[in-house]
Amino acid sequence: MTLATFFQHVLNALQLGSFYALIALGYSMVYGVLMLFNFAHGDIFMVGAYIGFFVSSGLVAFASLGIIALPNWLILVLTILLAMFLTSFVGMLVERVGYRPLRGSLRASAAITGLMIGIVLETGNLALLGARRRKFPILIETQSYQLGPVTVTNTKIMIVFLSLLLTLALHQFVRRTKWGMAMRAMAYDFVVVPLMGVPLNTIAALTFGLGSALAAAAGIFFGIAYPILNPYMGILIGWKAFVAAILGGRGSILGAALAGFLLGFIEIFVAAIFPSTLRDVIAYSIILLILTFRPHGFFGEPYSARLRL
Amino acid sequence: MEVREGTAPPTETIARKTLLAKVRYFGRAQYKSQLSQIPLLGWLWGALMAMVIEQAVGYPLARALGLPGIPGLFGLRIMLTKPALIPSAAAYVLLVYVLPTLVVARLSAPLANRVAKQLLDRFPLWVSLIVHLGLFYATMHLWGDINAYRMLFLSFIMISIILTLSLNLVNGYMGEFSCSHPGFMALGAYGASILTVLLFVNDDVFGAPLLPPALGPFLFPLALIGGGLLAAVGALVVAIPSFRTRGDYLAIISLAFMFIVKSLIENLEIFGGPRGFMNQPKWANLPTMFVWMAICLWMIYNFTRSTIGKAMCAVRDDEIAAGAMTVNTRRTKMVTFLFAAFWAGVAGGLFAHVIGYINPGTFGVYKLSEVLAMVYLGGLNSIVGSITGAVGLQLLMEVLRPLQLFKWIVIPILLIVLMIRRPTGLIAFTEINIKDLLQPRRP
Repeated sequence: MTLATFFQHVLNALQLGSFYALIALGYSMVYGVLMLFNFAHGDIFMVGAYIGFFVSSGLVAFASLGIIALPNWLILVLTILLAMFLTSFVGMLVERVGYRPLRGSLRASAAITGLMIGIVLETGNLALLGARRRKFPILIETQSYQLGPVTVTNTKIMIVFLSLLLTLALHQFVRRTKWGMAMRAMAYDFVVVPLMGVPLNTIAALTFGLGSALAAAAGIFFGIAYPILNPYMGILIGWKAFVAAILGGRGSILGAALAGFLLGFIEIFVAAIFPSTLRDVIAYSIILLILTFRPHGFFGEPYSARLRL
Repeated sequence: MEVREGTAPPTETIARKTLLAKVRYFGRAQYKSQLSQIPLLGWLWGALMAMVIEQAVGYPLARALGLPGIPGLFGLRIMLTKPALIPSAAAYVLLVYVLPTLVVARLSAPLANRVAKQLLDRFPLWVSLIVHLGLFYATMHLWGDINAYRMLFLSFIMISIILTLSLNLVNGYMGEFSCSHPGFMALGAYGASILTVLLFVNDDVFGAPLLPPALGPFLFPLALIGGGLLAAVGALVVAIPSFRTRGDYLAIISLAFMFIVKSLIENLEIFGGPRGFMNQPKWANLPTMFVWMAICLWMIYNFTRSTIGKAMCAVRDDEIAAGAMTVNTRRTKMVTFLFAAFWAGVAGGLFAHVIGYINPGTFGVYKLSEVLAMVYLGGLNSIVGSITGAVGLQLLMEVLRPLQLFKWIVIPILLIVLMIRRPTGLIAFTEINIKDLLQPRRP
């Protein structure tokens, strides 16, 4: 592997890792605050991508009417913001329907409702929109720059940059705001903290909403990078991001993002060095090894007696 | 819950009780004298006679009632495809199944009571159990014998029961969350298939059979056990890292393991890779499946009542306390997990030899959702619950098949509602006492 291809792979890994990282953040927050698996999250990513598709298509159609001049970058920004906003309501709906009624009962039951909501989202999408694959509108013309022997495209740079920005924004939100403090308190103890006047339901909804908004961002970025959408796109990437979220450690925002990027790096480099069909075997074996020696992830606390199913 | 005999409880207490209690109450009030004296043996005998009647006159009767043929699943599938035929199907069910069963069971009740009593009094429990199981199997066989569709349906139900039970051991009795059952199933399916194809089948890849194929059906159990052991060895890969501590690591590690197995098989070209592996002899016929299911039920039932099974429940309730009470928690968890994986592997081996073809895509996330749904639908910590869950979900999937795509909207929504209403599943943390079940009923 020459140095040029190495850097090329690094760039690709950063792009793939940013999808994983953004989705893993949602898993990690829900897991950190409520100690639940949100198995519907991969499908919320899919819903986010579709909402992004409809919003951007609508905005493009609106712009073509010529009433207001909408440059493409503005459409993109509006798409990201609107889709994040709308998808956060999908996440809150999932929490309201599948998780809130089960608060206090077995955690695994909530995992099952999440799984089932995921199937409903996939099939509902298929039933509503048909099996036709959607093509995400191209909002930014891909431009390639040559940095020496390495080819860099503007979309890749943008995706990686925005993902890091969103991760840091979330980190700051959790660290610095009152809401974030409430979330951290809830992660510390969700039995006693509500007694101190912190609204449990609001915080839970906020957690799901924030995670879903980030998943929507990931969905749009995915649509920009690979402009074909299908109802089952969220399954595999969602489960992988779930693994990444746990690898990062319970409730650790930066850990989840780091693990997401790490997963991206592992997958890209395994595919680069070995035959690409071996990608999953080797990638997951590495994760298995890491978890063998660090079962609580990178930044998680080692063992908690509260962890019960 | 239990309504006392003779005295009818006041109505307002009934209103608060569950649906089951209501049904039980009305059943007792109205038909107590008639039906409550029929023992299980009588019911089975009646059902067997109903199946004999179906064998004899089922087809002409169905034609006479205007049905295209004998209804596949008690007319349940016709409900959605041809609603106009519902009355005919209902009439068929009434005439062929319900009435003969009731009449024969009621008429033979005195004799059945005597036989049941003699069986329990003179012989050990297992004799009576085997007689009941034999009658049940005969009923099922006659029912399934009508067409290939029913046969396949029964086979899938039995595989699901084994799979659900073994997952219930880990997720219910042990209180962990394992996601790797499709992986174990794949290991068992491939392991058993390799053994049978290598030894008994003239295959393009593996060459001529190493043993005479006539021996095959007799050595088939060994192949299944081999597949199960392979799955148990695979489970070791999950168990060693994840049972050092408690928590959700098992969920992640087992998930990773499932992906590894699937991906590994896809890369093994000698076993067909992603195209799948075929040519398995279809040796998993109904009697074989039934025997394996019965063995599985028996072993898991005994396992949960054994010392290690009780240790397992103690670990679930409080691992630290269990450890303080000299339970070797790690060993308990490992043994349980490996045992569960073994049965998942056997289920996989049976699955491969029912269809005669497997591919790695079968053992993916959808299979996982299905098995998890069966376990949590039926109920944790309950063998009866697992059977209910497996049969219920399979039946639901078959009945709603005419809805096609919308099936996968209706079923998950049903499951969500059910989980919210009963978070531990339909029948959880209870077990039926087999001896009570086999007792004769006195009027």
